[in-house]
Amino acid sequence: MGQFHFSIRTPVKGVRGLGSARSGTEHFWRQRLTAVALVPLALAFVAIVICASTRDYEGARALVSHPLTAILLLLFIVTGAIHGKLGAQVVIEDYIHHEGLKVLAVIANILFAAVVAVAAVFAVLKISFGV
Amino acid sequence: MAEFRLPKNSRVQSGKVWPAPQGAKRTTLFNIYRFDPDTGNNPRLDSYHVDRDDCGPMVLDALIWIKNTVDPTLTFRRSCREGICGSCAMNISGTNTLACTRGIDEVEKNGIVNIYPLPHMPVVKDLVPDLTRFYAQHASVEPWLHTVTPAPEKEWRQSHEDRQKLDGLYECILCACCSTSCPSYWWNGDRYLGPAALLQAYRWLIDSRDESTGDRLDDLEDPFRLYRCHTIMNCANACPKGLNPAKAIAEIKQMMVARQV
Repeated sequence: MGQFHFSIRTPVKGVRGLGSARSGTEHFWRQRLTAVALVPLALAFVAIVICASTRDYEGARALVSHPLTAILLLLFIVTGAIHGKLGAQVVIEDYIHHEGLKVLAVIANILFAAVVAVAAVFAVLKISFGV
Repeated sequence: MAEFRLPKNSRVQSGKVWPAPQGAKRTTLFNIYRFDPDTGNNPRLDSYHVDRDDCGPMVLDALIWIKNTVDPTLTFRRSCREGICGSCAMNISGTNTLACTRGIDEVEKNGIVNIYPLPHMPVVKDLVPDLTRFYAQHASVEPWLHTVTPAPEKEWRQSHEDRQKLDGLYECILCACCSTSCPSYWWNGDRYLGPAALLQAYRWLIDSRDESTGDRLDDLEDPFRLYRCHTIMNCANACPKGLNPAKAIAEIKQMMVARQV
């Protein structure tokens, strides 16, 4: 908490800070967009997982390599990774107030989402194309 | 990190229990936060028995009764005693509200009323919080008419319909009940403008006479200034004037999207 009455700087100086970032709407919009997209995609993902769990290994591979399931899975992975990254970033910005630590956490969050998404996409593609 | 415990020198200790007034038939116990920066002591919770037959019905009446008859050192802000000045905003039985418009019977639980200053603000003394930054945030949204058109000979005109859009916004008395009830404002009050300032920002954004809507949106478009609002809605719950800052903030976000999509 800033104790402004003990500071030589004016209160407005503190509030104006570095000025408006002129951004944030993109983040807000994307988070809502991915949230809406995830409603059907998450249901589809659960359905696919349930179907796959009732089959043997080859059956499950066949299910995942089907174009419709593969596309749904890829959409779920990419949308989920973006949504997760956006959401976790808000949590980091909310609760981590040490500037250096915050930047590190934001970077780690982006890289984590990217690695998880790429690994999952790679797995689906590998099964789909059967290489 | 976010603060989940009060700093060591801010932790509230038990304080003095003042004796019940002689011969009082109907009393209510008021536990009141006391802090005096000059002593260097931690804040404490003092207890006062208020004689309800000798005191008005509102929480502010009880505070004035205590100050007049029991303990003249009790410090709090008050002025209009009718919910229009916003001075006596404080946390009463767990909710930020105005002491003057809240009845004692509404807030007492088992004959006890707990009163603290507005949460998560620096305390000047007892129930008086330092609202310097809160006012600076209000000033930063430039809450006055911006125009480039030369001023008309008489007033700037506005249709009845456009004037009605300001209802539910202009009534704000800047008591700070909403902003200090907002967890997002607690954690990031240095960068997030808070519900009160954003409600006022919206009041000028939708004023049909104001010509700086775009500039105002530019100044608000920021991950912290505006987008720290996570629609927690404590602001709307707390507002003693029945306003809905959360809705105003949602409208601002909608305007932000509207000018991009």
